[in-house]
Amino acid sequence: MFSCQHSGFLCTTDHLNKVILAPWVPVVGLEIHAQITSNSKLFSGSQVQFAAPPNSLVSFFDASLPGTLPVLNRRCVEAAVMTGLALNCTINKKSLFDRKHYFYADLPAGYQITQQRVPIAVNGSLSYSLCIDNKMSQMVTKTVRIKQIQLEQDSGKSLHDDARSQTLVDLNRAGVGLMEVVMEPDMCCGEEAAAAVRELQLILQTLGSSQAIMAEGQLRVDANVSVHHPGEPYGVRTEVKNINSIRFLTKAVDYEIQRQIKELENGGTVVNETRAFDSKLGCTVPMRDKEGKQDYRFMPEPNLPPLILYDAKSLPANVNHQQVVNIDWIHERLPDLPSVKRAKLVELYGILPEHSFTLVNEDGLMEFFEDVVKRTQMKPKKVIGWILSDLLSHLKQHSLTANESPISSFLLADLLNLLENGDISSSAAKQVFEELWKGEGKTPLEIVKEKQLELIQDQEELEQICQAVIDEREKEVMAIKEGNKKVINKLIGLVRKATRGRANPLLVKQILEKKLSE
Amino acid sequence: MESLGVAAKWRRPGVRCGAGTGREDGRSGVRRRGVGRHAARFSAPAALKEGQITPTELCQRCLALVRSTQFLNAYITVAEETALKQAEESEKRYQRGQPLGELDGIPIAVKDNFNTAGIETTCASNMLKGYISPYNATVVQKLLDQGAVLLGKTNLDEFAMGSGSTDGVFGPVRNPWSYSRQYKEKSIPRSDSEPENSNWVIAGGSSGGSAAAVSAFTCFAALGSDTGGSTRNPAAHCGVVGLKPTYGLISRHGLIPLVNSMDVPGILTRCVDDAAVVLGSLAGHDPKDSTTVQDIFQPFALPTLTDVSKLSIGIPKEYHVPGLSSEILAVWSKAADLFKNAGAKVVEVSLPHTHYSIVCYHVLCTAEVASNMARFDGLEYGHRSDMSKSTESMYAATRREGFSDVVRGRILSGNYFLLKQNYEDYFVKAQKVRRLIANDFVKVFGSGIDILLTPITLSDAIPYVEFIKEDNRTRSTQDDILTQAANMAGLPAVNVPTALSERGLPIGLQFIGRSFQEKQLLTVAKWFEKQVQFPMIQLEEVKKHDDGVLQHQKSASFS
Repeated sequence: MFSCQHSGFLCTTDHLNKVILAPWVPVVGLEIHAQITSNSKLFSGSQVQFAAPPNSLVSFFDASLPGTLPVLNRRCVEAAVMTGLALNCTINKKSLFDRKHYFYADLPAGYQITQQRVPIAVNGSLSYSLCIDNKMSQMVTKTVRIKQIQLEQDSGKSLHDDARSQTLVDLNRAGVGLMEVVMEPDMCCGEEAAAAVRELQLILQTLGSSQAIMAEGQLRVDANVSVHHPGEPYGVRTEVKNINSIRFLTKAVDYEIQRQIKELENGGTVVNETRAFDSKLGCTVPMRDKEGKQDYRFMPEPNLPPLILYDAKSLPANVNHQQVVNIDWIHERLPDLPSVKRAKLVELYGILPEHSFTLVNEDGLMEFFEDVVKRTQMKPKKVIGWILSDLLSHLKQHSLTANESPISSFLLADLLNLLENGDISSSAAKQVFEELWKGEGKTPLEIVKEKQLELIQDQEELEQICQAVIDEREKEVMAIKEGNKKVINKLIGLVRKATRGRANPLLVKQILEKKLSE
Repeated sequence: MESLGVAAKWRRPGVRCGAGTGREDGRSGVRRRGVGRHAARFSAPAALKEGQITPTELCQRCLALVRSTQFLNAYITVAEETALKQAEESEKRYQRGQPLGELDGIPIAVKDNFNTAGIETTCASNMLKGYISPYNATVVQKLLDQGAVLLGKTNLDEFAMGSGSTDGVFGPVRNPWSYSRQYKEKSIPRSDSEPENSNWVIAGGSSGGSAAAVSAFTCFAALGSDTGGSTRNPAAHCGVVGLKPTYGLISRHGLIPLVNSMDVPGILTRCVDDAAVVLGSLAGHDPKDSTTVQDIFQPFALPTLTDVSKLSIGIPKEYHVPGLSSEILAVWSKAADLFKNAGAKVVEVSLPHTHYSIVCYHVLCTAEVASNMARFDGLEYGHRSDMSKSTESMYAATRREGFSDVVRGRILSGNYFLLKQNYEDYFVKAQKVRRLIANDFVKVFGSGIDILLTPITLSDAIPYVEFIKEDNRTRSTQDDILTQAANMAGLPAVNVPTALSERGLPIGLQFIGRSFQEKQLLTVAKWFEKQVQFPMIQLEEVKKHDDGVLQHQKSASFS
């Protein structure tokens, strides 16, 4: 529907199957809330758990009982530092907490504790890659600047029962730690936004700082979208909320860009508003309860002293290590980030960069691939073909992840070993793969036996079959003898048919050539 | 006591005053003890340890006094049943010879803005009427853990916003001194048309209930809170010791906040030694309050100072404010002379930014109030209006019904100061001024001054009918002027009852110390306390309000 050129300036829009060059520059910035993976909440000891019974994980502080005070969770601070380092941020040795005020049923205190003035991490960047055609063969790497990462509290959840005009409030989520990652408006279309978010998601999952599952609300993306003519100041922006998958992010951003362009080209104006993405209709609509200007009346949080972080240099002597967070210590222990993993895959297995991209980006696929490689004599370069064209396409068809695959890495490795040992032909291997996909608990060997798919190892038997084919096909034999060598392939095909794919084509060719030259 | 001109006079050293319980006749009598015999600190523990009185007897006696002084309106809730149970437990410990410490079996009272599990916590507001907290404030828990007996919750201005203890939904607190022989003898007889008790004076505030409770002998110690002077002001008016410790020394967890960055739990007792005991039981880091200091606090017993010649006492000239009564001024200079004559160095010092503190406090206080009060929306706890048109209309009606005009007024101003367009002009400026005020103290203490000596109130307590002629804001502004700067700077400060005014009412003076130097501060306060021999309240009215049931105990206590 919509894609960007490399320059990031002029955009071609494929609208109603008509490609037009629009003199508009779309600008997309993202605000991403990632729920921190931690045992307890940001400022209280309540447990963090998805889908627990309503209001079962609520401390006195979470319910804002008068007189309760926040106590900062060290784990959440470490997760934010880790994330900041992974996103090339400057970690602020001193950051501050603020109160952001607004009345809402699922915000018990009437304010959210956040980091408005001095956040924990600033000035970072995120590199992400995306393909510029659908064939995955041309990839381009882009960078989006990270303005800041701030620690803040999540709100509870409101459930509006319009029929009974009631609002039900669940405070289980209230106070869970969030990292808000603010990206500068360096993107220009839905695909870029989606690729950036996917890369961030991978980084968070690699770090373990957030599970970052969008469907469970652990990663929430708000997109700021505007359009302007080249050389002119940025246009009025809208904020698009309610985006709960990466696919919808692409759609929502592209829809919003188109809507704004259409609005402006029809002589209208874009108003600064919050819009919600309606995934059923595939469009954005104004959010009624976000109408009107909010003044959040920010104020320093008086109950939390400044958050002080240390590095190896500034770490005071005789300090209790449980009491401090050491940035250098965390830095040294960062795991390999996705970009490093991809480079290592290319180097280690000799696979193509775009293949490494797919391996890392698809949930669990890299681990699956490496497991298979470990258990088979087949070269990784050949294994990758099976992983990407056979396994992945099956997984996609059934909307499964590698971890949910009915064919385990063990079974696939067994199958590839049979193929590699010359026990079965590659066409037989595909047949076995299909059988394995059914998940009936059979091993590849059992299937091969049952379906009699093993290659005919008996030379004599093969020679007899070849002879029978030669005897039947006088016309073809004549053609070959007259010099039309290609016709031999037809004979090979016939032998294969006769053996139901159980003949080794190379061997068959040898036998046929020998017999025909006699 | 006879009237001796404008300035109040010290009582002669050696004259017994103060209060305590001690065994007199081998049965249940309690006699007063002199300050000079207070060296053992709480005199009650000694009696308890010696078995002269049991915790249950002590508790019952205090509960009887609570009842007979009900007209003071010092208590909002009296927790008779739980108090007696706690006393019983304490009694068992004494019987086993294993009391928990000096506070075991000691009846105490707690201001009604501290959470107490199972006992109503109202903040004297319709918003929290009937609210029963599921947890104890850390300070309450610490007192209970040391065996103290919690008699009840004391009256205050709504959400501690006030300086008279006159602005709560449960009505004003009456100063026990209104009913003292000392006051009655001095007060000009009113005309016959006026009701007899119309000239009772205010207790000061906002911890007026706690101050009155201690002053009227209903308990041995009480917790107050101090944000701009709320512990020291009523202590001064009620003639008791009122300590505001250094910010961060005592946990605020469970104290329903007024201004988080200035609130400190306050301690009200009848003598300085008792304040030190209670401080020792409360101070120290609390993992539930991130603003408490990490350092381990060592409880201390106060030494008896004999030589003050090494002391340097600062007299800040800015505390000579317009409106300071000549009587207070005289008491203040007399106190300075007392130190000088005893060999201390007494120096006039300057805290040049002091007079900005009121306006600065107004901005910072209302801003935090606006924020802190946002949680009272009727959803999770507290009052909820019947209005059900929409969530927003329910919020609005709940807050209109639940908060007084004073509270709503502060919320409104606070929100105004926090608006984006005003934030820099008000809040940020006020914070800068606060820093200047705090730096004034740093400079003075850096110049070698140990303790500052200042007045604490502009005058003695005034009659309620006079007090309510001005609104809450005006009164708070006038009354906080001498106490507030210590909160801005987070410094420890204590009221020491010093003399009686011409009208027979208490006058107190304030000592301000260096951060976390409570021991030095209280040591000096103790020396001063001993010098001035503040007279004990003669509570005849207590007898009058007693139905005769407690006649024996009463006469024993307050003869």
